[in-house]
Amino acid sequence: MDNGVVRALRGLGQQVTARIWRLGYASRFLLAVLMYSGTSLRRLHLTIREVYFAGVLSMIIILVSGLFVGMVLGLQGYDTLARYGSTEALGVLVSLSLVRELGPVVAALLFASRAGSAITAEIGMMKATEQLSAMEMMAVDPIARVVAPRFWGGVISMPLLAALFSAMGIFGGYLVGVQLIGVDEGSFWSQMQASVDFREDILNGVIKSFVFGIIVSWVAVFEGYDAEPTAEGVSGATTRTVVTSSLAILAADFVLTAFMFTGT
Amino acid sequence: MSRTTLDLWVGFFVAVGLGALLFLALKVGNLASSSSGETYAIQAKFDNIGGLKVRGAVKSAGVVVGRVTEIRFDPEAYLALVTIQVDARYKFPRDTFATINTSGLLGEQYIGFEVGGDTAMLKAGDTIKKTQSAVVLEKLISQFMFNKAAEDGGKK
Repeated sequence: MDNGVVRALRGLGQQVTARIWRLGYASRFLLAVLMYSGTSLRRLHLTIREVYFAGVLSMIIILVSGLFVGMVLGLQGYDTLARYGSTEALGVLVSLSLVRELGPVVAALLFASRAGSAITAEIGMMKATEQLSAMEMMAVDPIARVVAPRFWGGVISMPLLAALFSAMGIFGGYLVGVQLIGVDEGSFWSQMQASVDFREDILNGVIKSFVFGIIVSWVAVFEGYDAEPTAEGVSGATTRTVVTSSLAILAADFVLTAFMFTGT
Repeated sequence: MSRTTLDLWVGFFVAVGLGALLFLALKVGNLASSSSGETYAIQAKFDNIGGLKVRGAVKSAGVVVGRVTEIRFDPEAYLALVTIQVDARYKFPRDTFATINTSGLLGEQYIGFEVGGDTAMLKAGDTIKKTQSAVVLEKLISQFMFNKAAEDGGKK
C-alpha cells in the first residue's frame, strides 16, 4: 500500500489540510486581535504611533506614484479618445478609473510592500529576539500591546492614502490633459462632475480601500506573529506578506467590483 | 521622536487625507450641487425610450433640471413608463412636451422638455401626455433606403 500514487495523494492531502489549518489559525488570530482592540484603542497613543509609521511615512511614495499614474492616464487616455474625437471625456476617464479601481488597488499594493512588509519584519524580529516572550513574562499581552495597534494603524491609514492617491492622480491627469495637451478646462471638470457619482463611485472606492486596509494589516501582523524566530524565518515571512496580501487584494477587488459596479 | 511631533505629523496626515476625500466629493463628485434640496416626481409614457438609462439627465433649454429615477414597462398599455425627479425650483406648464434626444451623434440619451403655453403647472404625480420617442437610427436608415428605392423605381 505504499506505492507512488498513494504517496502523491497523501502529499496532496497534507498540503490542503495544512493550508486550511493555517487559514483557520489566521482567522482565530484576527478574532483575538479584534477582541484585544479595546485595550489598545484606550491607549490611543500606541495606535497613533503606528499611524505615523504606516501612514505618514507612506505618504511620499503614494503621492508621487499617484501623480505619475494620473499623468500616464492623461497621456494614454488622450491618445485613445482622440481617435473617437471625444477628448473632452478625458476628465471622466481619468477620474472614474482612479476613484473606482486604480486609487484603492494601486495604493493598497504600494501600502502592502511599503508598510505591510515593515510591520511583518518588526513583529517577526520582536519574536526572534524574544521580546514578545519577555512581554508575556511581565503579564503584558503582546497581542494587545504590539499587534492590535499595528493592525488598527494600517486600517486607519489605508482609506486616507487611497483618497490621497486618487486626488493626486486626478491632479496629474489635469496637469497633462489641460495644461500640457490643451484639453478644454471647462469640459474636463464639468464632464467629470456630471458622470462621477458620490455614492456610486467615490463611496464604493472608499469601502474598497477600507477592505484592502483590513486585508493588508491582517496578513502583515499574522505573518509577523507566525514567523519562525530566525533571521531566515523573518525574511520568508516578509516575502509571504507581500505576495499573499497582493494576491488577496486583487482577488478581493474582483469580488467587490462584481458586487458594486454591475447592474444598474 | 517626541510624542508631540508624532502627534503633529499624524494630525497633518489625517487632515490631508480627509482633505483629499473632500476634494473628491466636492470637486470630482460634485456633491454640493447634485443634491441641492427638494424634487418632485412626474411621469411620462414613451412608445420607445431607445437607450435612455436610470440617472439620465432631464434638460430644458439645455439646462439640467432633473434626473430619470425609474424606468418600467407598462404591461397594459405596452409603453415605457419613465419616472422623473424634477428640481423643485423649476415649474413646468401642464402641456410640456417631453422628447428623448441624443447628445451628439452617438452620445448619451436624455429627456428634453419643450415648454408649452398652459397656465396650470405640473404637480407631483402628474403624467406628461405629449411625448416623442427616441429616434432609432436603424429605422431611420431603413426608411431612407426604402424611400430611395421607391424613388428609383418610379423613375424607370
